[in-house]
Amino acid sequence: MQDTPLTAPPVPTPGQADPPGAHRRKGALEGSATWSLSDRVGLAICWAFGVLFCAIAVAIVVYLMIQGVKFLRPEMLWTPAAAGFSETETGGFSDAFLGTMIVATLGIALALPAGIAIAVWLVEYGRPATLARVTESTIEAIAGIPSIVLALFGTVIFSSSALGFLSRTSEGVVFGRSFFAAGAMLSLVALPLIVASVREGLNSIPRHVREASYAVGKTKAATTRRILLPTCRPQVATGAMLGLGRIIGDTAIIVVLLGATQNFAPVEGVGFPLDYLRGAGTTLTNFVYEASPTGNLNQPQKAYAAAFVLLLMVLALNAAVDVVHRRARKAGTWSH
Amino acid sequence: MEPLTRSASDMDPTRVGSNSDALAPPPIRRLQLEDPEPAREATAPLAPGDGQAPQQSGFTTAKRSVGAPQFSIRRMEIDEVSVHYGAKEAVKRVSLPVRQGEVLALIGPSGCGKTTLLRSLNRLTELTSAARLTGRILLDDVDITEIEPTLLRRRVTMVFQQPNPFPMSVFDNIAYVLREQGSRRARKKTLEPAVHSALDRAGLFEEVKDNLDHPALKLSGGQQQRLCIARALAAEPEVLLLDEPCSALDPKSTQVIEDLIVKLRDDVAVVIVTHNLQQAYRIADHVAFMYLGDLVEYNSATALFGSPREQRTREYVSGAFG
Repeated sequence: MQDTPLTAPPVPTPGQADPPGAHRRKGALEGSATWSLSDRVGLAICWAFGVLFCAIAVAIVVYLMIQGVKFLRPEMLWTPAAAGFSETETGGFSDAFLGTMIVATLGIALALPAGIAIAVWLVEYGRPATLARVTESTIEAIAGIPSIVLALFGTVIFSSSALGFLSRTSEGVVFGRSFFAAGAMLSLVALPLIVASVREGLNSIPRHVREASYAVGKTKAATTRRILLPTCRPQVATGAMLGLGRIIGDTAIIVVLLGATQNFAPVEGVGFPLDYLRGAGTTLTNFVYEASPTGNLNQPQKAYAAAFVLLLMVLALNAAVDVVHRRARKAGTWSH
Repeated sequence: MEPLTRSASDMDPTRVGSNSDALAPPPIRRLQLEDPEPAREATAPLAPGDGQAPQQSGFTTAKRSVGAPQFSIRRMEIDEVSVHYGAKEAVKRVSLPVRQGEVLALIGPSGCGKTTLLRSLNRLTELTSAARLTGRILLDDVDITEIEPTLLRRRVTMVFQQPNPFPMSVFDNIAYVLREQGSRRARKKTLEPAVHSALDRAGLFEEVKDNLDHPALKLSGGQQQRLCIARALAAEPEVLLLDEPCSALDPKSTQVIEDLIVKLRDDVAVVIVTHNLQQAYRIADHVAFMYLGDLVEYNSATALFGSPREQRTREYVSGAFG
């Protein structure tokens, strides 16, 4: 884009510098008109896929919006699911909605500090070097493992008697399914995304900025806390958002490690909040699955309503990250 | 966001760092007056119209903006220092004095080791794991390897080539230096005088005093660099290291910073690395010319540029190679 015209526009000399087809466009913009046929076909394919993808995404969102607005009743958010024969009798999905919130909070509360810590170690210290490299590939491996595999592994861990206090135990057998178990495993799902995002943020800070802090007598720790981490706040937010998205969207771990009951199943014992966290429950994704025509409940209207709530949650996360990024842009950045 | 208004003081060297007691001797730990001989050396060809010496090396257009130093106190002593990066020897047995009251310029072509030498003075080279230093560097007669690095780096602070204020407000940039390590303690109110004085010494206070909460990264390049100088001064250092501080700036900001550097030499010992020979000639009292890790020549600025002793120096300052 050129705002100001060149002071002395070059005199066009036809046939000398002009590539074929250049006369079709005015100004100095490069156009695809001069490209070879194969390049133009390639560009058209890129364009078509982009537009196709956009259309699909818009279709999904719009369809869910329409269905959601049609079927969602606010009272569903605070009415627990109930047994019944028609959609009017089965109540809402308050337990699933709360369950999603709980699982997301637990998962991110574990994954965010751990992810930031790992990223700081890998980028700022990275010693011993071999161990750091091994850790890097381990995290990449976890990112690639399907969550159902993690869930299976979780059943082994959380059914052990040492961790029995995290779930229900009856007659010496540890149930191994609870919000604690699901939250802990889901944090593993979110962790690689957070680590990757924070590492990217730390790596984007020029080296001389760190040195400027060392050069006024600050330690590495002080520099990390006061300069580096505040600078990569947007990337931390992005990582947390992506992680939350994965946690909210996961179904396999919920089915295997949360019990996937339709209502909360608190374990009597310690006291109010902990009893619920030690018990089984469900989340919105699991509710959508159960309520869809393939599930046990088969009440598609509520499935749409719950899916719409999920969609709103994800959109809200996106908006939050946008706000953080915009605020960071306002603070400016270094010239490279 | 509009950058803070740049006042006319940008152009006026007398306004920069309007420090009334600039002439009063600064607080010093040891008072060891040097033989003032080098100082006189620097004054000799200063008389206007005396273009003899500069003509010889093509410096007729450059004007020295610096008068003779009032005094000079030895702060640092570089003694037979060599720095190796693995097998490569970046600095070869260099010995130099660093004096308060003077500006020392390190010049030489790229890769000659001048930045490495500068970074050794506050042990920043140690952050590059491959670097190995031999020889001694003394700060007020104490070997710097015996000083805890964070303490050393508060006494020998540094300004970098790229302006690199921290992504926070102007005030917080200085306050960060004044506070303990990572602490957020020490209220804004209690830090205010020190922050103002640091900004004032860097000649920035007048321009930013109305909005100290302005994001530092939204200042102009020249203002950012002066903020970095203010930050380096806030630690009350004895030596200020400048690594090509003007190479990313426009000529106008460069002049403001050059005037500032000359003004600062009475309070701190100044060592500046520069690619710009005219700049070295304008502001330095002593110049060290390095080539491929060797210290080729060390002399007063006028002598080194006017009548270089070494053949390589003569070629370099006359532009035969760069």
